[in-house]
Amino acid sequence: MATSQAPIRRRRPGKAARTSTRSARQPADGHARLAVASPAGTSWPYAAAPESHDYLKLASRYELFIGGKWVKPLGGRHFASINPATEEVLTHVGEASAADVDRAVRAARTAYEKYWRRCTPASRAKYLYRIARAITERSRELAVLESMDTGKPIKESRDFDIPLAAAHFFYYAGWADKLPWAFPNVEPRPLGVAGQIIPWNFPLLMAAWKIAPALACGNTVVLKPAETTPLTALWLAEIVRQANLPPGVVNIITGGGDTGAALVRHPGLDKVAFTGSTEVGKEIARECARLRRRVTLELGGKAANIIFDDAPLDEAVEGIINGIFFNQGHVCCAGSRLLVQEPVLDAVVHKLHRRMQTLRLGPPLDKNTDIGAINSKAQLQKIQALADSGEAAGCKRYETTCALPARGYWFRPTFFTGVALSHRIAQEEIFGPVLSVMTFRTPDEAVEKANNTRYGLSAGVWTDKGSKNFKIVSQLRAGVVWANTYNKFDPSSPFGGYKESGFGREGGMHGLLPYLER
Amino acid sequence: MERRVTIRKTAKLFIGGAFVRSESGRTFTYKQDGRVVNVARASRKDVRDAVRAGRTAWPSWRDRTAYNRGQIVYRVAEMLESRREQFTDALLASGIAPGAAAGEVNAAIDRVVWYAGWCDKIEQLLSTKNPVGIKHFNVSSPEPTGVVGVVAPDRPSLLGLVSTVIPVVCGGNCAVVLVGESDPLCAIALAEALATADVPAGVVNILTGGFADTVPTLAGHMDVNALDLWIGDEKLDAAAAQRACDNVKRVRRGGAPARRFWFGDSAQGPDWIEAFMEIKTVWHPAGV
Repeated sequence: MATSQAPIRRRRPGKAARTSTRSARQPADGHARLAVASPAGTSWPYAAAPESHDYLKLASRYELFIGGKWVKPLGGRHFASINPATEEVLTHVGEASAADVDRAVRAARTAYEKYWRRCTPASRAKYLYRIARAITERSRELAVLESMDTGKPIKESRDFDIPLAAAHFFYYAGWADKLPWAFPNVEPRPLGVAGQIIPWNFPLLMAAWKIAPALACGNTVVLKPAETTPLTALWLAEIVRQANLPPGVVNIITGGGDTGAALVRHPGLDKVAFTGSTEVGKEIARECARLRRRVTLELGGKAANIIFDDAPLDEAVEGIINGIFFNQGHVCCAGSRLLVQEPVLDAVVHKLHRRMQTLRLGPPLDKNTDIGAINSKAQLQKIQALADSGEAAGCKRYETTCALPARGYWFRPTFFTGVALSHRIAQEEIFGPVLSVMTFRTPDEAVEKANNTRYGLSAGVWTDKGSKNFKIVSQLRAGVVWANTYNKFDPSSPFGGYKESGFGREGGMHGLLPYLER
Repeated sequence: MERRVTIRKTAKLFIGGAFVRSESGRTFTYKQDGRVVNVARASRKDVRDAVRAGRTAWPSWRDRTAYNRGQIVYRVAEMLESRREQFTDALLASGIAPGAAAGEVNAAIDRVVWYAGWCDKIEQLLSTKNPVGIKHFNVSSPEPTGVVGVVAPDRPSLLGLVSTVIPVVCGGNCAVVLVGESDPLCAIALAEALATADVPAGVVNILTGGFADTVPTLAGHMDVNALDLWIGDEKLDAAAAQRACDNVKRVRRGGAPARRFWFGDSAQGPDWIEAFMEIKTVWHPAGV
């Protein structure tokens, strides 16, 4: 059959392959010559469909949002935020020093004592509704900005990140004046001031996950967005200001690891919430243990996506693709380990390879783009190193043959077969578009392998047998399990990990608990 | 010369359902009614053995029906009631007045019965069906976290122990319990009650002895999922909390509250079970 002859080639390791990669690079505009192999073996060119961004006027620098005002960082230092798809500097943002952190925490404390705890729950709800609406109203602008700052495809920021961020505020707005109904026999009270640190993979969405439940429960916050993706959080600060929230209820300070460390150990906090790597999470946990401070952590993952031989394979392959290549694999719950039952291994690998080849890698603002840019140079190097370790371990490497834009940080969608549990690519979180394929024979072996990880954030199961599905789901040690689906999110659905993937839940009624004294 | 020479009980550890001496061969002395009891002093190796026993017992304990776990916890209350004399004697030996000793035994039995009824209700209380905005069936419900290390409060030696251990196993976890040197007799009596209450081997493991070796080992053990710390010594407590971060354990630090605290309503609650449970959210397409 002709379709099986699609021109899919595996990249061969070594110098020659690297040379050919360079020669395949495109001109700097990055738009031209994106093509995909057709079933007939010819090429269908795609015309560029760029989302316009000329109405988005970025100032040359942005300051810190403290006490309801934009203030210059006391150290007078700013750092660049770049577009990872072009390596162009988008703007500069303030670098918050320990003194700025102190100002922000004091502002949050004052706001807590003076305004927020005196504010009626119904009014808190209405402020949050205002924020939700404003995000929706400015959603396209936020989506464009998010894609420029992170490198993620516009179709994801437009259809996923921004609408979900708005929905989170809308969902928790409704809880603000209904807390006594949430937990029986207890009188919920706010904790006070929360310090919140978020990662670079879903900047605005993570800000919403942190701020919305905290405010709904009556806390005030100091939020630090990630160093490489600060911009939408600053837009959110402006939205908060325009929504007329009392000054200091939300403070947003930009900076790197030092700023985060200063925030975590500031004596004025009642709680720390962190989303990021397990490595940094453990440091934060130690600091909070030393200070006897409440903490919730949403950390790394190495999710298993289990495909049984009775699964609907075409749907499963869509789920695998979505599970690992969504947001360039910069997803803590990415399905980065594929466990395939042996009888269907060849079929799954073949279908997966074909489907992967159709992914369009290119400019994030192009509406056709499936795979955008890697978020930063450092992350690209980490992905490259881990992928190289897979090749060095003798795993078979498959990757797309698409051309890479000449500038920016890019990595081809990739998967490895012949992976053993002991390989680094089966144990370490790659946080990139790299999938490790392993096999199993029995359901017990699948569960054993799936649970053979220090992480426990998420997992996937694909089978048409209902009873087996329920059983496997109940045996997987993961906080979120997608059965015959993957990477689905909703504000009403709690999210968070087992084991070294952290503790505490975000989303749903359970997402209120980390911000309430009971 | 005694009229009848009585048989004295050897005070042992309780690991994997068996009463064993410390592998180290060490003991510490505890004076009771003028006689000296040589109590097993747990070593680091004993802690590791107990964690393994807990991990081995866990899948079967977790997978039992909640109804069955409730029956077994209720059976624990039965065993306490029928052995109340033994517990009262142990409390009297530790210097508790007769009236207070009886009151503590009553409170302990009542607490166990209270938790027995929670075993098959906690899941309903903490579960939600989530109204997601896409065509999916979506539920969240609690599951046990796994092996939980409990450092029991020194006092009250019976009520404090029961109040910390029972909610842990009620939620489907296995417990490795460390009991200090000040009043170990109630813990030994509780181990005997558990052993005859159909609690499966390894679900509760009780280790007596000084904390200097055992607490850091338990706190740093990579196969322990959570810690319930009731430690008066602040340095020991702080060191345990640090070690717990090595594998991101869930940690509750209770300190050393006054005796009165344990008799109140705040020393029990569904949140005591929830502290050692994880919420799992499951998605499935519905009519897509």
